[in-house]
Amino acid sequence: MPKRLASSLSDEVLEHVFSFIQSEKDRNVVSAVCKSWYEIERWCRRKIFVGNCYAVSPEMVIRRFPQVRSIELKGKPHFADFNLVPDGWGGYVLPWITEMAGAYPWLDEIRLKRMVVTDESLELIAKSFKDFKVLVLASCEGFSTDGLAAIAASCKNLRELDLRESEVDDSSVHWLSHFPETYTSMVSLNISCLGSGEVSFSALERLVSRCPNLRSLKLNRAVPLDKTANILRLAPQLVEFSACTYSAELRSDVFSNLAGAFSNCKELRSLSGFWDVVPDYLPAIYSVCSRLTSLNLSYATILSPDLIKLVSHCPSLQRLLVLDYIEDSGLEALASNCKDLQELRVFPSDPFDAEPNASLTEQGLVAVSLGCPKLQSVLYFCRRMSNAALVTIAQNRPNLNRFRLCIIEPNTADYLTGEPFDVGFGAIVEHCKDLIRLSLSGLLTDCVFEYIGKYAKKLEMLSVAFAGDSDLGLHHVLSGCESLRKLEIRDCPFGDKALLTNAAKLETMQSLWMSSCSVSFEACKLLSQKMPRLNVEVIDERGPPDSRPENCTVDKLYIYRSVAGPRFDMPPFVWTKDEDLALRLSP
Amino acid sequence: MENDLNLKATELRLGLPGSDEPERQMIPRPNKRTLSDIVSEGSRSTTEEDHQDTAPPAKVQIVGWPPVRSYRKNCLQGKKHEVEGGTGMYVKVSVDGAPYLRKIDLKVYRSYPQLLLALENMFKLTIGAYSEREGYNGSDYAPTYEDRDGDWMLVGDVPWEMFISSCKRLRIMKGSEARGLGCV
Repeated sequence: MPKRLASSLSDEVLEHVFSFIQSEKDRNVVSAVCKSWYEIERWCRRKIFVGNCYAVSPEMVIRRFPQVRSIELKGKPHFADFNLVPDGWGGYVLPWITEMAGAYPWLDEIRLKRMVVTDESLELIAKSFKDFKVLVLASCEGFSTDGLAAIAASCKNLRELDLRESEVDDSSVHWLSHFPETYTSMVSLNISCLGSGEVSFSALERLVSRCPNLRSLKLNRAVPLDKTANILRLAPQLVEFSACTYSAELRSDVFSNLAGAFSNCKELRSLSGFWDVVPDYLPAIYSVCSRLTSLNLSYATILSPDLIKLVSHCPSLQRLLVLDYIEDSGLEALASNCKDLQELRVFPSDPFDAEPNASLTEQGLVAVSLGCPKLQSVLYFCRRMSNAALVTIAQNRPNLNRFRLCIIEPNTADYLTGEPFDVGFGAIVEHCKDLIRLSLSGLLTDCVFEYIGKYAKKLEMLSVAFAGDSDLGLHHVLSGCESLRKLEIRDCPFGDKALLTNAAKLETMQSLWMSSCSVSFEACKLLSQKMPRLNVEVIDERGPPDSRPENCTVDKLYIYRSVAGPRFDMPPFVWTKDEDLALRLSP
Repeated sequence: MENDLNLKATELRLGLPGSDEPERQMIPRPNKRTLSDIVSEGSRSTTEEDHQDTAPPAKVQIVGWPPVRSYRKNCLQGKKHEVEGGTGMYVKVSVDGAPYLRKIDLKVYRSYPQLLLALENMFKLTIGAYSEREGYNGSDYAPTYEDRDGDWMLVGDVPWEMFISSCKRLRIMKGSEARGLGCV
């Protein structure tokens, strides 16, 4: 046996040891120990996560990891969720599927987020991977029910089909019926994003009744209450369910049927959906409430009194998503009833109305922060806030790891003092030492960035809007936040200086997004020249940035590190330093 | 903590040769009209003028703000359009003295007593019963509504079906004005 520097263990033993190492980070560390470990590890790596599909090419991934079974890819930047990335920017999955179809015949899991997925891609998946098991398309677009039909027809061992929040075109194909009668393996099905025409009830019922391992079922909006009850009776083993309810006047027969169906579901832990729910039907779920750990009511226009009643039945709740209809009073009830709460998301019922739609203020968030000792993750939309509240939250909940606050009106100041929120957010980063994600809002000066740079050493993702006074703000963040991976900024007066001074930092990060800031095209070109392993994309639909006066600022800027070089599928409104038109091939 | 890092002195910039970096103009911020003005004065009782005469200024919508996902926006707005199209079922309800508006779906109620009970529960006040001759006499509050023609009417004066189809918004008046409405 040839001598190895690092160990005298055989390849097989090492491989066996490595098989216990699941986390990607740990695997990367293992592969860096020495050449032989790198070699062994790369042959036995089964799961790949690519946070930015343009950071690496499929060929490179395949070359290094020849035996992958599971891949996760993310495409567009996060701000694409808010329509800031024009259509056609990119994020196409087809080149990946094409390469993997040849290289990974045993690939069984594909998870995609914010990517453009065509029917052709889905058909290729259906054809190429014999043992395909898991398909998750989160916030994807570009495909229709035709593609889904191909998957349903061919993937005999499919366990998971999750289309969460994707946009699917209705091609009028009864795709659910394409699952053969012999197909029984479904474990998790999420079709909540589909429109009303796209799901046949009878096909759905037949599918549910022949899949005994079904654990998670998220149906779409159009399933009426009596059908809901039927489906629940066919699958009492469900752990997760998305309940769809028509708005209808209360009928006691429908109610008792529904209540009975729910009471059979002893394993149910997570409920969502609730579109158009009429509060009178809510008691139908009371029998499962005591076991619920996750509740998503963020599409339900139920008002505070009914929400309070519901929440008081759910002492085991760990995760709650809800609209601001819950109000401060509802959040106070939550704080006293749900001591296991870990995650809270409060969304605005009427985000574009200048007037507040419900009595939800900073008080609600303070109440939950004080009352729920396990609270770790917060997403909160509100219309007023105070530094005092933020400081209280920070001091009482140092275990927060995700804090995303959206004060709806830009540049809103502390309603008590008129001050910016520098001190409040400063307290958050100072006390919450494990904070990995932070979103800022409200009136903010460069000071808050100084605090962030100083204290937020574990911060990985920062979102900033309408904040700061000068380049100093951006400089503080880029020079201070050691763990920063993703930075997304809009409408801030940050410009060339901070960017160019911290050019090297950008290569240690996954990506930087800046829109409506003060960066010039000249600086972008310079950055691009100096940093060959960064792709610097100027997204500007107004025309060639070169054709405008020199100090005109670019509209949108997306910078990301890449070992794959410039991409070949850039649309005409994406500008890089290369004037070479040959790079502009259609996808 | 020093405020000025004096970047020029550290000379790490990758500026263009020979150029002294021009001070970038700060981009004009959107109008600082804020809600904090309204909210901080929430404790003062609002006058009739505030609710009726000042129409809220047309709000310029900033692209992608607030950061609500299109998927979520479509779900909520789609619902609104379904319901509001033509018949105006979702109406705003204001109460004199309260800084918050509510929206209710009139379609959910079958009769005036149901509606009034809901309003009483929602705003924690007593409106009492309606009588044709005396309106809501005896109560501190009187529910009124603005109809299609822009007139303000007392809730209960017209048959329920007519009310549903013509009501654009509700306002619960308070105080002497309210008591005065009883005696027509």
